[in-house]
Parts: sequence; C-alpha cells; structure tokens
Amino acid sequence: MNPFSFLTQMIRIAVPFLFAASGGVVAERSGIVSLTLEGFMLSGAFAAVLGTNYSGSPWVGVLCGILGGLIFSLIHAVATIRYRADQVVVGVAINLLAIGVTRFFLKLFFASSSNSPRVAGFGGNIKAAGFDNPLLWLGVLVAPFVAFVIYKTPFGLRVRAAGEHPDAAESVGVSVTRVRYAAVAISGILAGLGGVYLALDQHQFTDQMTAGRGFIAISAVIFGRWDPIRAALACLLFAAAETLQIQLQGSHAIPSQFVEMIPYALTIIALAGVVGRAVPPAALGKAEA
Amino acid sequence: MTTATQPLAAKPTLAGTPWRERAEEALIPPFVALLVALICGDLLILSYGQSPASVYRLLLEGTWGNAYGFGQVLYKATTLAFTGLAVSFGLRAGLFNIGGESQLAAGGFAAALTGLALPVGTPLLLSLPICMIAAGVAGGIVGFVPAYLKTRFGAHEVIVTIMLNFIVLALLNWFIAGHLHVPETLHTPEIHAGVLPRLADIDPRFHGSAANLALVVAVIVAFAVWFYLFRARGGYELRAVGLQPQAAEYGGISVGRAWMRALTFSGVIAGIGGINYVLGYKHYYEDGFAGGAGFLGIAAALVGRNHPFGVLVAAFFFATLSQGGLAIHAFVPKQMMDVLQGVVILAVAMAVPEVRGILRGARRRTAA
Repeated sequence: MNPFSFLTQMIRIAVPFLFAASGGVVAERSGIVSLTLEGFMLSGAFAAVLGTNYSGSPWVGVLCGILGGLIFSLIHAVATIRYRADQVVVGVAINLLAIGVTRFFLKLFFASSSNSPRVAGFGGNIKAAGFDNPLLWLGVLVAPFVAFVIYKTPFGLRVRAAGEHPDAAESVGVSVTRVRYAAVAISGILAGLGGVYLALDQHQFTDQMTAGRGFIAISAVIFGRWDPIRAALACLLFAAAETLQIQLQGSHAIPSQFVEMIPYALTIIALAGVVGRAVPPAALGKAEA
Repeated sequence: MTTATQPLAAKPTLAGTPWRERAEEALIPPFVALLVALICGDLLILSYGQSPASVYRLLLEGTWGNAYGFGQVLYKATTLAFTGLAVSFGLRAGLFNIGGESQLAAGGFAAALTGLALPVGTPLLLSLPICMIAAGVAGGIVGFVPAYLKTRFGAHEVIVTIMLNFIVLALLNWFIAGHLHVPETLHTPEIHAGVLPRLADIDPRFHGSAANLALVVAVIVAFAVWFYLFRARGGYELRAVGLQPQAAEYGGISVGRAWMRALTFSGVIAGIGGINYVLGYKHYYEDGFAGGAGFLGIAAALVGRNHPFGVLVAAFFFATLSQGGLAIHAFVPKQMMDVLQGVVILAVAMAVPEVRGILRGARRRTAA
C-alpha cells in the first residue's frame, strides 16, 4: 500500500464528513439536535447538480447547493424553534423529506428514478489526485475555522451559552432564538457543501447518494465530544477506516461489513463512557421558550 | 433529552383531564397534517401538469377501490403496525426507539433461519409460535443493547439505536452475502415450515396480494399492547416513568427497570413484524427487506398519537399512501408519496405542541 495514495484518498473521503460534522458541531452546541445532516447533504448534492446542469458552471452549482442545504435547515429551524416540535421526530421527517423531494425532482427535471446526467465539476487533473478541487481545500479548512468561530468570537460564545444555559444567555440579553436560527442555518450550509462536494466529485446525483454519510458525521460530532477539532479528527479516523477497506478490497483480510461498522461502534463505545465519557451540551434537544 | 420526547407523551397527568379534551388534543393534529399534505399533494400534481381531483380519484380506486389494491394496503399496513407499535411502546416510557429498521430485519432473519431449521410439514400451530418467538428474541436482543446502555451508562437511546441500525444491518448483510444466500441473489433459501396462509386463500378476490395471517397477529399484538399499557401494573409504571421519571422514582417505581422493559419489548414487537414479509410473503429473508418500514413506524406512532389503535389506523393510512403511489404512477411519479410522508410527519410534529397550546389557551380564557 502506497502511503501517499492512502493519505490523499483518505482526505478525499473525509471532506464530506468534515463539512457536515463541522455544521453539526455548530447546531448541537446551540442546543439543536442534528440528526438532519443526512438530509441537508442530500438536498445540497441535488441542488448542486441541478444548478451545474442548467448553468454549466460548477460555481453556480456550489451556490445552489448551499441554498439547498439552507432551505432544509430553515424548515428544521422553524419546526423545532418556532413550533417547538420534537427535534428527533423533525430530524427523521427532514431526512425522509429530503429523500422524497430529491427523488421527485430527479424524476421531474431529469426523467429518471436513479441518477442525473453527468455534470461539470472541479479539477480533474489525474496527477493532482483531487487536490486541484477548491472545495477540497475549503473542507480541510472548515473545521479550524469553525473552532475559531466557536471559541474566539462573540457569536461562538452565544452559541455555546444557548446550548449550555439558555436562560442565563437570555438574562444577559442574548436572543437564544436568533442564535439557534443562525446556528442551524450554518449547519445547513456546511452540510449542504458536503453534499455539493460529493455530487460534483462524482459528476452526478444518484438517488440516496449520501448513503449514511450524514450519520457518520453525527457520529464524529459525538465521538469528538462536540469539539470542532476533535470531531474533525474523528472524521479523519472514520475516513481512514473506509480507505483501508477500499484498499484492502480483494484481499479478504477483514470483511468490508465489519469495517463499515467502525464509526458506529466507536460512537456507542464513546457514549457508554468506556474511553472518556461523551457529555452533550446541557440544553441539547430541550425545547423551551 | 427525555424532555424532548414529552410533546409526544400524551399528557402531563395519567388520568387528570376529561377525555373530550384529550381526544381534541389527540385528533386535531393528524387532521391538520392531512390537510397540509393534501395541499402539498395538489402542488406536486399540478407541477406535473395533472389534475389533482382525477389523480386523487385514481389513488382511491387503486387502493381501497379493488380487492387486490386493498390487500396490498393491508399487507404494507401490517409491517408498519408492528414497527409503529414498537416505537409507541418505547415512547410511552419516554424513550425513542429509532432502531425499528434493524430490529425488524433481525426478526425477519431469525424467522427465516427458524423456518429453514424446522422439518418440512411442521404444522403451522407449532411452527408459527416458534418462528414468532425466534423473531421476537432477535428483535429483543437488538432492543436490549440500547436499553442496557441507557440504564447502566446513561447513553442516549436515540443515538445508540441509530448506530445499531447500521451495525446490525451490516452484520446481517455479512451473514447473507458471505454465507447464507442462494447463488446470484441476496436472499436465503425458502423456508421449510411456517408459511402463513394468505388472505387470497380465504377470499379468492384478493388473488395476487400479499396480505396474510400476520395481519391478524398485528391486531392481536395491538390489543396486547393496549391491555399491558392501560390495564396492567407494568404498563402503568411504564407510562408513569414516561410522564415524569423523578416522580415515578419517588413513587417507588424503578425507572431503570421500566426503561429496560420498554426498549427491550419495543425491539420484540418490531422483531415479530419480520414474519409478515418472511413467513407471509416471500418465504425467505432478503437483504434490505425492511426498506424504511422502521422509520415509517415512527411516523405511524406519531400520527397514531401513541395509542395502539391509533397506530393501527395510522399504519393503514401510510400503507395507503405507499400503495397509492403505485396506482398513480402512470400520471404522477410515485416518488410524490415519499414527499407527502415527510410532510405529514413534519406537520404532525409541528401541530402537536401548537394545537395543545391553542386549545389550553382557549380553555383558560373560557374558565377565567
């Protein structure tokens, strides 16, 4: 196994996780459960392909993908914040809705129930191994950026306050509602970008193409104990496992199904507190005025 | 996050409110959701340049309007009834079981293995209970893991059940793809015993539809759940824990034991649901047969307002949507129904706290 090709492939696989997990950290730190990342990614991926297909420019696709993730995150925000609907139920609904909407519009725009036509993308130089894609670099930088925002800016402080002690935040004049709307919108934009990367990298949209990546991202958030950098490291770890599985294919050393389980099993172990207890933000999932 | 599930739990008191008020709070949200879904459906149909009235007529004709369609609705409703009952059983104790998908699959897998192991010609009176027990135990094991981790370590059951879905489905895929499949397929050989009679065997008009005896099992399970929740002591404890764990603990109920029971039996119920496909329809276990029924069970529990009989009605409703998609497919893509499912869940989730707030506000004003 070539260590260089291993590393580059690992980073390419990690990019969608990095985007979505960074978004998940922001939303969850504000107190809103992010079981919706899968749906945001899927809508972002579809909107990106739609935009790229009709404009011919992947940059327009990126904007559309951001919009796609944003729209679904605003539905999530209105349902959970304005209407105080159960966050887990809304999460399930958003994911089902994203599958349904992308399927319906796939049929409406592309007359297919499985995939879109091929669209333009970024880069493509074989020698660059995917590193001539600006989205890849954005994905690598997003976690440090989110860490800076969360820990070093007034907005980040408000996000953390909203997630840990919303009443205290309200009492010093922070609008918890507004902070949470912003945090959920950010999670939609970032997870949407994760979907954009995925779709433009494969040059098409396929039905349910996110295939559980949003849930791996939420695993990374929990395994990284709601810290952007640790969550990013978890993304890299999960991506490394997947890379290993791909590169070992054919050797039958470990059945691929067992490698697939790694992120999920590690998350359960982390939640059970075997290696350092994972404690969520205090107000996570609590609907309050 | 137990408080997050409280909007779903029926009421803050066990028997304090008059039933008329409870009925209003329980029934208005699903009707609001239905209305919203109808409007969304209109828009989707219009986006395809078709007439909503004629598409809806087609939908009704293709589902309730003929014996085959109705049989298919009943078949699909059966699986959803099991997964919906499973979710609502957990929610009554304040716990959210999102693992229905893998519990259903594990149950079906165990039922198929048992059906394969039993000798040919085993009478149904013997093979059905044995297969059901196997399915229930398999689902129960998958439900026990989050129950134990929740009670022992406080690990949140929502995350654990989601993660377990992936783990269990990968494990089953490994069993099937690596060891047990018929060559060129992803399913087991056909079972030797435990094949359930179909509705068509009783009434030939249902010919071709997959509805089978598992439907009766589902209704019996719904009655059993109702009896346990509302007439048995264990169910009372479960509901007390769901409404207010601290108060229940103070009243002498072991919260941990109630949680263990709620999630494990939730898994058992979902697991038994596997017989509908395996014993009733295909007579083998096939990789991926659960196909989202676990998640739609959450929808059935929510729309059925966590009442066993409400869940049966809701399962019938979602099965109608799903079968209706096939009936209208020539004019509007069946994917429209995927959208409407999501819309209904979202609308009910939003309408429940909203309707409750409005009703209670109005009552306070009239009382004052």
